[in-house]
Amino acid sequence: MMGSENADGFEETNLNAPREEMENLVLGVNGDAAGGDGPLTKSDVNGDSSNSGYRSAMSTLSNVHDPLSPLPTVLTPADSDPLFAPSSYSDVRSLGSKLNSSDNSYIEPPSYADVIFSPFDENSDSEINGGEDSSRQSLSSESLSRSPSSSSSDYIKITVSNPQKEQEASNSIVPGGNTYITYQITTRTNLPDFGPSEFSVRRRFRDVVTLADRLAESYRGFCIPPRPDKSVVESQVMQKQEFVEQRRVALEKYLRRLSAHPVIRNSDELKVFLQVQGKLPLPTSTDVASRMLDGAVKLPKQLFGEGGASAVPVHEVVQPARGGRDLLRLFKELRQSVSNDWGGSKPPVVEEDKEFLEKKEKMHDLEQQIVNSSQQAESLVKAQQDMGETMGELGLAFIKLTKFENEEAVFNSQRTRATDMKNLATAAVKASRFYRELNSQTVKHLDTLHEYLGMMMAVQGAFADRSSALLTVQTLLSELSSLQARAEKLEAASSKVFGGDKSRIRKIEELKETIKVTEDAKNVAIREYERIKDNNRSEVERLDGERRADFINMMKGFVVNQVGYAEKISNVWAKVAEETSQYDREKQSS
Amino acid sequence: MENTEQPRSISGSMQSPRSPPSSQPYLSVSVSDPVKLGNGVQSYISYRVITKTNFPEYQGPEKIVIRRYSDFVWLRDRLSEKYKGIFIPPLPEKSAVEKFRFSAEFIEMRRAALDIFVNRIALHPELQQSEDLRTFLQADEETMERFRFQETGIFMKKPADLMQMFRDVQSKVSDAVLGKEKPVEETTPEYEKLKHYVFELENHLSEAQKHAYRLVKRHRELGQSLLDFGKAVKLLGACEGEPTGKAFSDLGTKSELLSIKLQKEAQQVLMNFEEPLKDYVRYVQSIKATIAERGTAFKQHCELAETTKLKEINLDKLMLTRSDKVGEAEIEYREIKAESEEATRRFERIVKRMNEEIVRFQEQKTEEMGVAFHQFAKGQARLANGIADAWRALLPKLEASSSV
Repeated sequence: MMGSENADGFEETNLNAPREEMENLVLGVNGDAAGGDGPLTKSDVNGDSSNSGYRSAMSTLSNVHDPLSPLPTVLTPADSDPLFAPSSYSDVRSLGSKLNSSDNSYIEPPSYADVIFSPFDENSDSEINGGEDSSRQSLSSESLSRSPSSSSSDYIKITVSNPQKEQEASNSIVPGGNTYITYQITTRTNLPDFGPSEFSVRRRFRDVVTLADRLAESYRGFCIPPRPDKSVVESQVMQKQEFVEQRRVALEKYLRRLSAHPVIRNSDELKVFLQVQGKLPLPTSTDVASRMLDGAVKLPKQLFGEGGASAVPVHEVVQPARGGRDLLRLFKELRQSVSNDWGGSKPPVVEEDKEFLEKKEKMHDLEQQIVNSSQQAESLVKAQQDMGETMGELGLAFIKLTKFENEEAVFNSQRTRATDMKNLATAAVKASRFYRELNSQTVKHLDTLHEYLGMMMAVQGAFADRSSALLTVQTLLSELSSLQARAEKLEAASSKVFGGDKSRIRKIEELKETIKVTEDAKNVAIREYERIKDNNRSEVERLDGERRADFINMMKGFVVNQVGYAEKISNVWAKVAEETSQYDREKQSS
Repeated sequence: MENTEQPRSISGSMQSPRSPPSSQPYLSVSVSDPVKLGNGVQSYISYRVITKTNFPEYQGPEKIVIRRYSDFVWLRDRLSEKYKGIFIPPLPEKSAVEKFRFSAEFIEMRRAALDIFVNRIALHPELQQSEDLRTFLQADEETMERFRFQETGIFMKKPADLMQMFRDVQSKVSDAVLGKEKPVEETTPEYEKLKHYVFELENHLSEAQKHAYRLVKRHRELGQSLLDFGKAVKLLGACEGEPTGKAFSDLGTKSELLSIKLQKEAQQVLMNFEEPLKDYVRYVQSIKATIAERGTAFKQHCELAETTKLKEINLDKLMLTRSDKVGEAEIEYREIKAESEEATRRFERIVKRMNEEIVRFQEQKTEEMGVAFHQFAKGQARLANGIADAWRALLPKLEASSSV
């Protein structure tokens, strides 16, 4: 896996050859001591504590990023190993523990220039989530056990790889059939529920949609991470390869987020998705409608019995409609969700919970600010990128000047000037690299903001579940009262007929039966609503806590990064100032 | 006589001339106190020019006059005309557009450039003797204005003229006047090398200057984005509970602070790095003008030498035939000969001057660039340190917050 990082760097280097080579030439030629520069080697990547080590590692990153293309979209696909994300966190944590232990704060800080910014070794411990460190890591790429209560050795890591084209089974009339892409989904885990510690399945995007839909049904009120878009338009417009890669990355992120959710990671749906070979045994959305007609099916239990895996106690939450009486609920909800989708003539939900309304308002504000911050973060990243680029171009221009002066030199003053220029140029090229490295790190840290945009959508989803559950309750209540009104009317009419009205009495009996069913449904609906409200509350609380911690970590990472690179850049220029100290005019008396 | 007191570095602004020891001859000038005068299209900047000197030709030890940009142009043109072969120090661009805005930055940069211009002249061993310089430094404003209006038409080199000179220099086409196939251009290897050097140098320098200018913009852009980012995260912090809210607020404040540092550094880079590079480019352009002058002088020298020879041959012929035109021819011959000798002298003086100027130029530029690089490096180091310090200050609080 280490090799793959290098391989990426190599491929990209060829594209950028002229400029990078020139820069290498500069740095190689100079070969000076600002941290053991040598010509960049692709071989020393990980764990190398010298500057050249991390610099070569980072240069594979900066090589991977094509400076000419817009930043955010390029980095995501090109940055194919998301493990790069927390690379600085190992250092944050080591620093953190160092600093936590000391009584004083950073009066004389250790130079952050010593902080190693090497990308993670895939096998290193640091990627293993757990309570070993209280500071949280970036949400973006890893599944983490956040709650302190979980055992510190829990982990689950999902990788999506190996996209392959496959043919639709030939029930289609069209010869050649439909092709689609499947992805290999590899899970490594030590969670007991899963059985084997490593396993793989192949899934297509449609399966992911199914998974997402089933989760949405089962986990109403929860803040479920949003799944990647279907994005039909993009798939036409983009290069196939690019699109597939983008989707692969998105899928990986999605599955990792799911497995990071303390409740959802234990869901049958997810387990089934990750483990069951062959066709995904979850009902597709079209199946739900037919299922409704056939009666409820306890799917997960059956499947696990089939697979031979240990029986999993199925939580009530996983069970869809139980028995015929719940059919009514299902039916009503289906009707509601349909009317929700069409908007318009939805009966208004009367939400009386002031606290909830306030919270909803707050969440909305928060979302606005996250959007705004995320945009400004992108601008900042672009500005840093540009700075690095221009600095590099300046350096290269001076290199050319240096060469020129040296070649054409007639006077010693020219040679002196050429030397001065060379020092400046070398520094500029080095500084340029530092800016670019700084930037790719910055992107990862500030990516947390982007991540939480997704989570805000999840919150909206949770609130929407609540609203629709409340709507169900209210609908049933009004249904109930109208049924009861009809019953009363019938009874009143019937009692006027002496001896009883056989047909009316029969109708009343039927009505009473319906009322009972509706009453039950109403109670179920109310229980469901309460349950969803609870889910909302606990989820929002959980998310708030996680978000605050994640943001603090983001800030820490961002700041540590800035400090580290600012120091490096400062050193580079201080050296030039030293080399040109004979030109210091401030010391002269005027 | 020249002021060899200090090494010839004149970068940085001088608000008043230095007062060196009185025994040595000195001529020291400062350009200061820009004042905007006039209205709208006719507005202009006037500068105070203070001269301190003990040169006997000057009216006194100190003189203060008021000058405007076109006066400096007049001086430059006069010197170009009279001191061919010398690299006349360049002036900042006329810039008709900027004039309307007259931002503080622009005014200060122009003032500094004009100050450097005059001082370079004052320090040059030949130029400092110039009568026109004395006029410029001492004449009252009305006299100066008269001079300026008189001379502008005659001596102002239009761009078209300069272009023609360049073409003459660069072309190897034979001279139409002589009607001969002989190329009328110096082709000594040293001179060829020099010309090639000068033209190439301009290209390289322009590129470097272009990137330096972009770098200034990048500083400004980064500063702006830090400002916007700071504001955004502050607003975000207001939505969040503690301790994240406070952390965002601190982060935002620091970001805004750093924005200011970046804007300041942008200005420094502009004045102390980009401007010297631009000045370097202008200087090279001045050298190109000198090369053109030399080309013209060489052509004249060649042409007149040829013509003289022809006249001599003609005279000899007439003398042999005892023609009565001999007398006339003899006079003509002597006149042409004198002109030719004058042309040759002029050309040789240009060559001699250029040789000396090149040495001066290279040394001067090494010095000035060295200063520029040093200031740039110091500025960048200072900026980076400031950034590191500012962010570092946040870490204890963030650390405390994360362990809550």
